[in-house]
Amino acid sequence: MVKNKKRFPLFQTFRNSSSIPASKNSVLETANQSISVESSNETSTAAPYSGQFECETGNYHTFCPISCVSWLYQKIEDSFFLVIGTKTCGYFLQNALGVMIFAEPRYAMAELEESDISAQLNDYKELKRLCLQIKQDRNPSVIVWIGTCTTEIIKMDLEGMAPTLEAEIGIPIVVARANGLDYAFTQGEDTVLAAMAQKCPAREGRLKNINLPIARSAIRADETLKSARTSVEDQATKTVTSNSSNSINADPPISNKQLKELVLFGSLPTTIANQLQLELKRQGINVSGWLPSARYSDLPALGENVYVCGINPFLSRTATSLMRRRKCKLISAPFPIGPDGTRAWVEKICNVFGIVPTGLEEREKTIWTNLTESINFIKGKSVFFMGDNLLEISLARFLIRCGMVVYEIGIPYMDKRFQAGELALLEKTCIKMKVPFPRIVEKPDNYYQIQRIKELKPDLVITGMAHANPLEARGITTKWSVEFTFAQIHGFTNTKDLLELVSRPLRRNKNLENHDSLSKTFALQ
Amino acid sequence: MKLAYWMYAGPAHIGTLRVASSFKNVHAIMHAPLGDDYFNVMRSMLERERDFTPVTASIVDRHVLARGSQEKVVENIQRKDKEESPDLILLTPTCTSSILQEDLQNFVNRASNESSSDVLLADVNHYRVNELQAADRTLEQIVRFYIEKAKKDESLTTIKTEKPSANIIGMFTLGFHNQHDCKELKRLLSDLGITVNEIIPEGGFVTQLKNLPKAWFNIVPYREVGLMTASYLEKEHNMPYTSITPMGIVDTSSFIREISSICHKVYEAGSLTNLPTLDVEVRDKMKDLKILNKKDVESFIDQQTTFVSQAAWFSRSIDCQNLTGKKTVVFGDATHAACMTKILVREMGINVVCAGTYCKHDADWFREQVSGFCDQVLITDDHSQIGDIISQIEPAAIFGTQMERHVGKRLDIPCGVISAPVHIQNFPLGFRPFLGYEGTNQISDLVYNSFGLGMEDHLLEIFNGHDNKEVITRSYSSENELQWNKEASAELSRVPGFVRAKVKRNTEKYARDQKTPIITLEVMYAAKEAVAA
Repeated sequence: MVKNKKRFPLFQTFRNSSSIPASKNSVLETANQSISVESSNETSTAAPYSGQFECETGNYHTFCPISCVSWLYQKIEDSFFLVIGTKTCGYFLQNALGVMIFAEPRYAMAELEESDISAQLNDYKELKRLCLQIKQDRNPSVIVWIGTCTTEIIKMDLEGMAPTLEAEIGIPIVVARANGLDYAFTQGEDTVLAAMAQKCPAREGRLKNINLPIARSAIRADETLKSARTSVEDQATKTVTSNSSNSINADPPISNKQLKELVLFGSLPTTIANQLQLELKRQGINVSGWLPSARYSDLPALGENVYVCGINPFLSRTATSLMRRRKCKLISAPFPIGPDGTRAWVEKICNVFGIVPTGLEEREKTIWTNLTESINFIKGKSVFFMGDNLLEISLARFLIRCGMVVYEIGIPYMDKRFQAGELALLEKTCIKMKVPFPRIVEKPDNYYQIQRIKELKPDLVITGMAHANPLEARGITTKWSVEFTFAQIHGFTNTKDLLELVSRPLRRNKNLENHDSLSKTFALQ
Repeated sequence: MKLAYWMYAGPAHIGTLRVASSFKNVHAIMHAPLGDDYFNVMRSMLERERDFTPVTASIVDRHVLARGSQEKVVENIQRKDKEESPDLILLTPTCTSSILQEDLQNFVNRASNESSSDVLLADVNHYRVNELQAADRTLEQIVRFYIEKAKKDESLTTIKTEKPSANIIGMFTLGFHNQHDCKELKRLLSDLGITVNEIIPEGGFVTQLKNLPKAWFNIVPYREVGLMTASYLEKEHNMPYTSITPMGIVDTSSFIREISSICHKVYEAGSLTNLPTLDVEVRDKMKDLKILNKKDVESFIDQQTTFVSQAAWFSRSIDCQNLTGKKTVVFGDATHAACMTKILVREMGINVVCAGTYCKHDADWFREQVSGFCDQVLITDDHSQIGDIISQIEPAAIFGTQMERHVGKRLDIPCGVISAPVHIQNFPLGFRPFLGYEGTNQISDLVYNSFGLGMEDHLLEIFNGHDNKEVITRSYSSENELQWNKEASAELSRVPGFVRAKVKRNTEKYARDQKTPIITLEVMYAAKEAVAA
């Protein structure tokens, strides 16, 4: 077996990238920098967070990133997920997530045994055997190999084996390294989507349509790549101008608007995806595809003229892949969670597409007005995020907008660049609501957090499953963070559900208070 | 490599952590990557545990991978020592981190020099043993460590208690109905005049382990965990033990008879077994103790069987008659599957076509136990194999694990869950033991309820069944002046079944209010937003 020595080239640069000047963000982002006030703000948003930001010990609990299998196999209906790991991984999937194997399982473990670890068996032959069996039993359109910590440690060259094997068995293989050494919980989806982005067809037809000689475009692509590599500010402006001028010069009759395609990335239940699509359609923007799509064969075509926008804050690696490998242009926006986030998200996309959004402000207002009662209930109450699914910043921003006080935002990993839009909106919201910027704690330490919780006594703690019952037993009201991962919280339409999640534990307590015998907290301390 | 969809027994570190977190004031440190500490979730969620699970992961990340753990593990051990001052800190790797081949023993040695707690490395091969074997091994390791420690500082108590006493070994967290079984077992022993000396590991302190040899004998209720400890104590301290599981009427009686005979032997051997030297009068009085008196023991068994347990009567009742000869399949851990097979056959006259276990390491014992009670024995940890056998045999009921319950659901065969792997349903709030005389009642209930209803199918037909009336679908719009377009109908069909009718009603109500005759996706979403008001 060939040992893959260059591990994570992309990943390394990405994690280190927080030190790269903020303006690099705008290079890869959009050509429409000066279109409105909103996007000229963009440069300032990439500046570091003005509130307190710290990094703790990292002794915290969260789910293993392979858990993404549980929702992705449902989303991509013709897929098969093969998790290549140990018994520890398998038991996690079946037990902690409560995922049961039903009639037609579309995921399985390739359980590594002692002979695999000690390299007595040939990895390629073994994987081929299993994949042939999967092909025979399920005949999926794609097999997704989920690499785990173990495959990292034994340096199994999954990326090296996949192309040969997929040619041999005739089913495409996507390799994602959703391991706990590098990633937390929801980032598992990020690794899968980043890998899947490589498998999307190329958007070449469009280039021909606009009569742009392929050779020229190739040169240009090369230029873009070079400039991205050198990544200096003035280089950036050059790319931006060359890009915009090129689309205008190339084919004047076709308007700028039609040239641009929009692909959204992040997995959402079809219903929610439809709702977001509808919001954009109202503004005259058509979504040409989703990554992932419900069927592998429907993966969107990607290329230079494709604008991409994420719907979840944990998809930073996918964003990088789309920009660097597929030359897509990333629209960096806050995330469509809560009416405020959704509005900002739609607005940002509109800006990039040169459209003045209509009716958005009223739409946001109506949603807020409709929910006045629920919002009044949570207004003034305090909340503490222990950190679990990387949705924390967006949720905190929404709850602050609802009038809650956020004591701490724990988060497993913070990509300040990808979350720049969200962080800016958080700051803006804090200023608007006249509350101090909450402290953000990356890689928190659960032990210290619990000490802080005991001291601060927040009205609500949003926490992983391991701490919920013990905190409740100490008189602290909790909500599982995983619920926000799985519940439908995106878009305008689902604001009520989102609020419901937050207020239910508080209402429960209020209901119990009416009964003397139940109102005693089980304070253990 | 093995294509695996489901596991009956978990990985080794789960067993180790179950033992560690069952003891009081013991902290476990996992040397593991992020996410491998899901044991905390299992314990907190399944058992609704009120305390924080005393398990901390010392995270293995990319840096550790590149440069080794260096000070990280040692620092985490020392930190926990200061924060929680536990009696014992147990270090364990997982399948993943054990490949790193770091010298964890060295970390343990270094850490124990500077911490007030004892520090141990769980000595388990993570690729060769499963959860149950690892638990068995870890429990023995901890017991051995503390007995030897006590021997060294001469604090070991080897003089027996005056009255008959027993240790219960193998009750622990995330066990299948262990809490209830433990309570029932304690009651049974106290009825027999036997005091409970120590219960390990659940709720015990490691500092009390030096008192283990005080008991007259040991009880290992489940053979999956505890046998190693019991045989260590037998070898080192000449302590007899029983591994009969008091499950079902017949086995509960043999359990009582066996402990009676053990007590008798201990009593007779007197000074050999380290009984305190008592004057003749006291010794003579002890002879009258129920457990040392054969006649009393028999009358106790008789009394319990006839009056406390309703199971014997159930076996004679007309309900159970209808179960005679019905085909069943039994599958579970060795203890529960073997006991259940014997109960079904011996005590209820039910036909067990196939009995099986996933405890491959205990196959010989299992075969011996069920031979003569069933037609077929299956030893496998592959759920599809047992699934195939079930669909082949088409039994009237299954007694198995959660997995067989799923198989049963698919094939429309009822299933009573009798064994781990545990599920939140195995932690009922009410008292549901499987052991002892109360356990026999529970098992009879489970069996009876599992077989549809007591009545024969043909009787159901005669009486026209139970709920044979079809539910009339509640539809708000009978006139149906509203039309759903294609996209909206598709969207509606995606709404989960249990709320679909409600969504439909709300949407149509909204459409009617808005006077929109055609329901589109937009109308649907707007309706949802309106309901939010």
